[in-house]
Amino acid sequence: MQPAAASSFRRKVGGGLAVIPGTRASVRNGQLLVSSGVASLDSLIGGGLAVGTLLLIEEDKYNMYSNLLLKYFLAEGVVCHHDLFVASAEEDPSIILQELPMPLLDDFHKNNLDKEEKTTGELQKSMKIAWRYQNLPKLEVTPAACSRFGHYYDLSKSMSSELLQAVRCHTFFLPTECCSTADVYTSLLQSIFKVIQQEGFDGSCPQKKNKNILRIVLQSLGSGLWGDDICCSDHPQHLHSLTRFLHVLRGLLRMSLSVCVLSLPAHLIQSKAVRSRVRNLSDTVVGLESFIGSERETNPLYKDYQGLFHVHQSPRLNSLLCDVSGTKDLAFKLKRKQLTIECLHLPPDVSDRVSRSSKQDLSECSKVLSAGRADLTTGRTHLDF
Amino acid sequence: MFVELNHLLNSDLENLKQGELTLICDIRTDGSFLVHHFLSLYLRAGCKVCFLALVQSFSHYNIVAQKLGVNLTTAKERGQLVFLEGLKTSVNVLLGDGQKSEQKNPLQFLSDTSSDLKVLYDFVRDSLTQPSTSAWKCPVLLVDDVSVLLSLGVNAIRLLDFLHYCRATICSQLEGNMVVLTNSSDDSEDEENELLVNYLSHHSNLILQVEGLATGFCKEVHGQLRITWKGSCRLKGEKDVVKDYQYRIHDKTVTFFARGTSAAVL
Repeated sequence: MQPAAASSFRRKVGGGLAVIPGTRASVRNGQLLVSSGVASLDSLIGGGLAVGTLLLIEEDKYNMYSNLLLKYFLAEGVVCHHDLFVASAEEDPSIILQELPMPLLDDFHKNNLDKEEKTTGELQKSMKIAWRYQNLPKLEVTPAACSRFGHYYDLSKSMSSELLQAVRCHTFFLPTECCSTADVYTSLLQSIFKVIQQEGFDGSCPQKKNKNILRIVLQSLGSGLWGDDICCSDHPQHLHSLTRFLHVLRGLLRMSLSVCVLSLPAHLIQSKAVRSRVRNLSDTVVGLESFIGSERETNPLYKDYQGLFHVHQSPRLNSLLCDVSGTKDLAFKLKRKQLTIECLHLPPDVSDRVSRSSKQDLSECSKVLSAGRADLTTGRTHLDF
Repeated sequence: MFVELNHLLNSDLENLKQGELTLICDIRTDGSFLVHHFLSLYLRAGCKVCFLALVQSFSHYNIVAQKLGVNLTTAKERGQLVFLEGLKTSVNVLLGDGQKSEQKNPLQFLSDTSSDLKVLYDFVRDSLTQPSTSAWKCPVLLVDDVSVLLSLGVNAIRLLDFLHYCRATICSQLEGNMVVLTNSSDDSEDEENELLVNYLSHHSNLILQVEGLATGFCKEVHGQLRITWKGSCRLKGEKDVVKDYQYRIHDKTVTFFARGTSAAVL
């Protein structure tokens, strides 16, 4: 025991977790988090992706936007000097890596933000009707330059090759991989396992050198190109190969310093049973629903947005509760240079923390309003209906 | 262990009912808080517990259990708890270093699709059959998400066989208890899972059905719990007793209240 010179209460400092660049410990459950590369997505899923977990992205119909999220995730890994593992059956992983968005330098970005703040400041002055939105914390949080958790990217330019060369990248490209088509998933698992063991991401035998994170990206898993028939037929032959793969992959992730983002063409999967099983076997599940081809494309309500963003499942890690952000109505917006996720509108304010007085105020307000209406409709004491 | 839930279920640390099968069935939400409840309840009551944890890692269950006042590591060391960590074991089965140990892996069926769950059953039986000298009370089998076994490719009929064997051994032979969590949804068209849920709800003595609110997500009310006590004697015409509650999960406990009486709306 410590001598009772000072108070026995001591602040826990970091726990030795935050030594890895580009990570931070979660405030809620102490998990080590890494950024997904999109600051607004991080704040939606509880501050970032917990190391050792799996994020499942359900692709939008034409697969235009989900690939962007994967690229953001990879680019963030490059900037933080994490190791990468990219697996794909469609595009060559080296081409995916060449098309990563360019990170924005801190000072450059600050200027931009200042401008933005000015304009929003002016906006807020003029905004009187939507008073509830005024005190709403913006989803887009600015990362402090020193914390180096999360960066901003410019989608219009691609990342310089010097940055890319500094990062160790492992790839798995299905067409060049010589494996029996019967069990693609097992060979993919084996190659991930090999990387984890050889590069020392294994949790059981700690790394001797600098600790690092392995970021795993699996593109369009379960699609026909992976040799899987769950997207093609109602009664697939290999019904369980994907779900079994996910279970073992999650086991691998939990044992190692790695984090995985996986995109899945969920709208193509014929059987609802497989879809719900896949969701149950992942930690975080988000879905993109683009407006392209739907009648919402022309709806004036959505004119600023490219699609809706759904958070289907948040992980429960080391606690009874899961991190659930208050708003469920989210939409994503693709500007020329960046992708952001914003809240579409606020839910009705029903909570036990709202003070009674303000509730009464509201009801009085409504009384006044109804009184006003009564004045207008002269002589009528009752409504017609 | 949530004291409020113990009151609702009329269960008591001192005299636990024996020979019961409890089904936790979650629909469009996560019912794992009930698994944590039963795990800490039985460990506190001094039962011998075998926990098949197929969803999360040991550290997750351990940290949550510590919040509820139970230490799983010491329980394991004392021999009170037998913990099967599904995630780790399945990695060992599929990606193990090739060294085939003498001891059979409980999740052997992963590598060999034609095999049944006999090895897993043997594992459960061996860990719950205790010598007459042991100080632990009745044996308990806890399974966190049986439906994961279906996702892993186990044939539904074989899974039912496994559950039947477990029931026969634990509930009637050893006079212990079983608590099983399964996932279910009305519209998923998952026939195998439906078969499993039907089997379990037919044979269980107590069903705890956890459901998200039909009207959608709410910050203050996390879901609805339907407790069904099955009539113990059908021949006498006893009927099932059903009660509905809503609940809210807090950091270390869960509060239950009658429908529509959340502090947020009163």
